[in-house]
Amino acid sequence: MAELTPSVAAPATAAPAHHGPSYVKTWGILLGLLVVSVVGPMLEIRVVTLLTAFGVALVKAYIVAKYFMHIDVEKRYVTYLLFTMVVLMGLMVAAVSPDVLKHDGHRWENRAAKRSVVRGENSAKAAAALPGAVHH
Amino acid sequence: MMRPIATTRSATGIPTGKLAVWWLIASEIVIFGGVLGGYIMHRLGHPDWAHQAIHTNTWAGAFNTFVLLTSSLAAVLAHQAAEHGDGKKAAKMLYLTVVGGLVFLVVKSFEWSHEIHAGYTITSNTFWSFYYTAAGIHGIHVIVGMIIMLFIAADAAKGKELQRVENVGLYWHFVDIVWIFLFPLLYIAK
Repeated sequence: MAELTPSVAAPATAAPAHHGPSYVKTWGILLGLLVVSVVGPMLEIRVVTLLTAFGVALVKAYIVAKYFMHIDVEKRYVTYLLFTMVVLMGLMVAAVSPDVLKHDGHRWENRAAKRSVVRGENSAKAAAALPGAVHH
Repeated sequence: MMRPIATTRSATGIPTGKLAVWWLIASEIVIFGGVLGGYIMHRLGHPDWAHQAIHTNTWAGAFNTFVLLTSSLAAVLAHQAAEHGDGKKAAKMLYLTVVGGLVFLVVKSFEWSHEIHAGYTITSNTFWSFYYTAAGIHGIHVIVGMIIMLFIAADAAKGKELQRVENVGLYWHFVDIVWIFLFPLLYIAK
């Protein structure tokens, strides 16, 4: 068997020098975004909820990846590798979603899913009708 | 003493140990992506899940997000200390990160106890099946991260294998990112 020869000796820590805001400042920004993601949906406006909860989650993930994981100064192929996985996952979701999101089509019907929705609605109504039920 | 290949070899321009962590994260993207993608699709196809989602505790979820973000700060400060060759400080920061993980799990266990006691178990509804599965897999990752971190911190305190501090940090930040997405999906979208 061929001997594995070290091609490049790795330094004790191969991390690149830190650029951008300080870590504590980055953490502060993340906490600020957390507050936005909690307070925004309280307005109960669908668009605002989507933006503040899910949009802000994307921003937070980007900040963690960039400033804590230093992905921007890592070898480019690492970004490509991770991005490929996200794309593959997106493809999987896109391929499966018609079957999951729709409960019937031209020649088929997902009776189990329909029954599940009706059952869920009925049990919620029954729970709401109970004395002392909390109404949201 | 022989140093492991993962420490000394870097055929791709990235030390092999660190490259392995990136590959691990790549595979985790598919695992968590599948769970989250499945949840989103079913949530959109089952409007009745909204009646179940109102029972999750937003404040507990928000507090745990705060805890994980703070533990990520400790992990990156541990990495910074390791870069400067300060093993003792790196170890201290890793222990702080572990404490963050512990607080996260304690909050989660209180939350789950309350929900199970109220009758919302993994079998009561598909929403709760997803809820316990997604948060459970994530919780297992937190536990695994904490265990590995304790070993690495013990070495770092002696000034040994400091490059591992960054590796475990990468894993921890990824676990944090997963929670960043789980939080709005399970606690905010009511």
